[in-house]
Amino acid sequence: MEKERDFFEKLEKRGVSRRDFMRYCTFLTATMGLSSSFVPKVAEVFAAPAQRPPVVWLQFGECTGCTESLLRSIYPGIDQLVLEILSIEYHETIMAAAGKQAEENLHNAVKKYEGKFVCVVEGAVATKYDGAYGKIGGKTFLQIAKEVCPKAAAVICYGTCSTFGGVQAANPNPGGYKGVGEAIGIKTLNIPGCPPNPVNLVGTIVSYLLLGKLPALDNLGRPLFAYGKSVHDQCQRRSHFENNEFVKEFGSKEAAMGYCLYKMGCRGPETFNNCPTAKFNDGTSWPVEAGHPCLGCSEPNFWDKMSPFYKEM
Amino acid sequence: MRAVENAVKVKIPKNARIIRNLLHGAQFQHDHIVHFYHLHALDWVDIVSALSADPAKTAALADNVSNAPWGGAVYFKEVQQRIKTFVDSGQLGPFNNAYWGHPAYKLPPEANLMAAAHYIEALKLQAKAARMHAIFGGKNPHPQSLVVGGVTCVADLTPDRIAEFLFITKETQEFINKVYIPDLLAVASFYKDWGAIGGTTNFLAWGEFPEGDNEPDSLLMPRGVIMKRDIAGMKMAIQEKVTEHVAHGWYEDGDAKHPYIGETKPKHGDYVTDKKYSWFKAPRYDGEPCEVGPLARVLVAYGKGNKEIKALVDSTLAKLGVPVQALFSTLGRTAARGLETVAIGAATERWVMELIENLKSGDTKTYTAWEMPNSAMGVGLNDVPRGSLGHWIKIENKVIKNYQYVVPSTWNLGPRCDKGKLGPVEEALIGTPVADPKRPLEILRTIHSFDPCIACGVHVIDPESNQVYDIKVL
Repeated sequence: MEKERDFFEKLEKRGVSRRDFMRYCTFLTATMGLSSSFVPKVAEVFAAPAQRPPVVWLQFGECTGCTESLLRSIYPGIDQLVLEILSIEYHETIMAAAGKQAEENLHNAVKKYEGKFVCVVEGAVATKYDGAYGKIGGKTFLQIAKEVCPKAAAVICYGTCSTFGGVQAANPNPGGYKGVGEAIGIKTLNIPGCPPNPVNLVGTIVSYLLLGKLPALDNLGRPLFAYGKSVHDQCQRRSHFENNEFVKEFGSKEAAMGYCLYKMGCRGPETFNNCPTAKFNDGTSWPVEAGHPCLGCSEPNFWDKMSPFYKEM
Repeated sequence: MRAVENAVKVKIPKNARIIRNLLHGAQFQHDHIVHFYHLHALDWVDIVSALSADPAKTAALADNVSNAPWGGAVYFKEVQQRIKTFVDSGQLGPFNNAYWGHPAYKLPPEANLMAAAHYIEALKLQAKAARMHAIFGGKNPHPQSLVVGGVTCVADLTPDRIAEFLFITKETQEFINKVYIPDLLAVASFYKDWGAIGGTTNFLAWGEFPEGDNEPDSLLMPRGVIMKRDIAGMKMAIQEKVTEHVAHGWYEDGDAKHPYIGETKPKHGDYVTDKKYSWFKAPRYDGEPCEVGPLARVLVAYGKGNKEIKALVDSTLAKLGVPVQALFSTLGRTAARGLETVAIGAATERWVMELIENLKSGDTKTYTAWEMPNSAMGVGLNDVPRGSLGHWIKIENKVIKNYQYVVPSTWNLGPRCDKGKLGPVEEALIGTPVADPKRPLEILRTIHSFDPCIACGVHVIDPESNQVYDIKVL
């Protein structure tokens, strides 16, 4: 209890009220599909664990948009994730070490926490020509993935590239890029999206810390709490679809009234993700709310399968 | 987007132009804050030294140099305690094994503590600032409301959305003016010698933020090229003068080509520095390498006599007591980034007002319909936070025949061209003093000052032992 009081005092000093925080935990608990009795437990997970779970974050063929998305996490903020909740042992974008010292960090973390660390991967792995298309410090992505991933307690593919290959794997794919699971033949937990929603990574991590296991997954390795329903089924504009009220041109009267974007090429019906309910950037918006059709960015091979964009399915 | 709009000859409506400026203005502010505090500050700030700071003295220092909304001995004591708890846990996470204690770190412990506190505050602020993007873009990163012909967010042009955007802009600007710039000046005052290290020779800016119809004249950050550091001799930049070389890149050999006829035929190979050693092509303007980015933009604006930029630059040089030549350096680059953030932040607020006025006048148009021609060519030139960006498209039979883009990090980090001329970062690193080749903190300073968009490898040669150190910058 004392620890909890301490925790809330600290939060308040940082401008986060207890009420805001509990509301966030309720939202996260609901996003994860847990009953409301879990809310206090979710809050407890954030109240500074004694030993912060080690995380090794690998970056392969990517644009760092996935990392950027995590930096947008509001509750907990990235400062809390880094300083109080997780122990990010290796992360090229945020770590202060460089060069040889950075590589030592990776090597040491994998050795010290073998079988215990969570490996988060951002980006796809080049597989053609022995992985020649992607190297860090002289080692191919393929080598690094093979060395590090099998030693993790769990591998989380964060984003469409590490999950399914993403834009690198789109036709003609000269480097032979693949998602991590396919590239090295392991099972991974997948949180696809371009970018993925940080809420879903945080939800997965909380589930791991809280229940000691990863959440239930669908046949593509995606947590059901986030990817169990189609975008179409959760869309705020769904009633317009049922009423045959469609946008046929951007900027039109129908667009201003927020009609359905199906005829503008929306891929919501074949895309499974919680964008409409979780939204992005602290619940600010999501693409369809901004009047743009869903591109299906979290589905396998979406660059090839979902295009040409803006054409009705 | 602009390349296609240029090819299909569509003019976007005024609201679309303003909203694109708002989104892009938000992007610049967000990016530059994150770059300064989270991708560059630890090259200058020793976090471990912050543990030995006196919180009361830190508070006094902060009151003196910064108008930050947070401060006081209690606040700094708490930040210090937070860092101490973290360090005492033995799990140093992303701060493990860095160059802490390196002799090239010059800040006193109190300045380090102040900077560490603002590093954390900036982490929180940036998450909020990114919401500006999401308001009219659906999400950040990767906003999704831009289409050829305009923007899709017509349903978001409501008073509540606009007000939300405006007040986040104001909060972000407050951070920029009261925290970022004072911190930049405070840190710079300890590193004035870096005003003579890490400079380059030529500068290119395509410019950005059209404030009217006739580009490039209407650009807030103007278009121009400066050769041989001759600011007064600044000229208009012309896209026809761009070529890309592949002599030292892992591509099939061929002549230097303009992007309209450019080819991208990757051919992986070994890392051989006198032959091929990079996945970058080498872009050249009129045959010359050019630095792009904040420094290039600020120099071009300065050369063009932009009053706001000139006032910002001159007052900064005066405050630091350094000559105008100090701009051609690592310090100049890092300072230019901060200064343009001030100008772009102020402009963003003006654009919100411009949007409101235009909507009030009854103009709600956000999109212009267009048709795909059978064949066409188009070019889109602008500047993004890291520098000049050009896209070139050729359309045949209504589909893409050729598409080439030359991005900022290609300009800055590209290898030598077929004439053997060094790329800007290569040039900037020559002569960098390195106190300890095994811990080349100084190299990181210059490379990070370009805000590179890659993980790259550099070699350092110790002139005494002639030993080559392989340094990787991550």
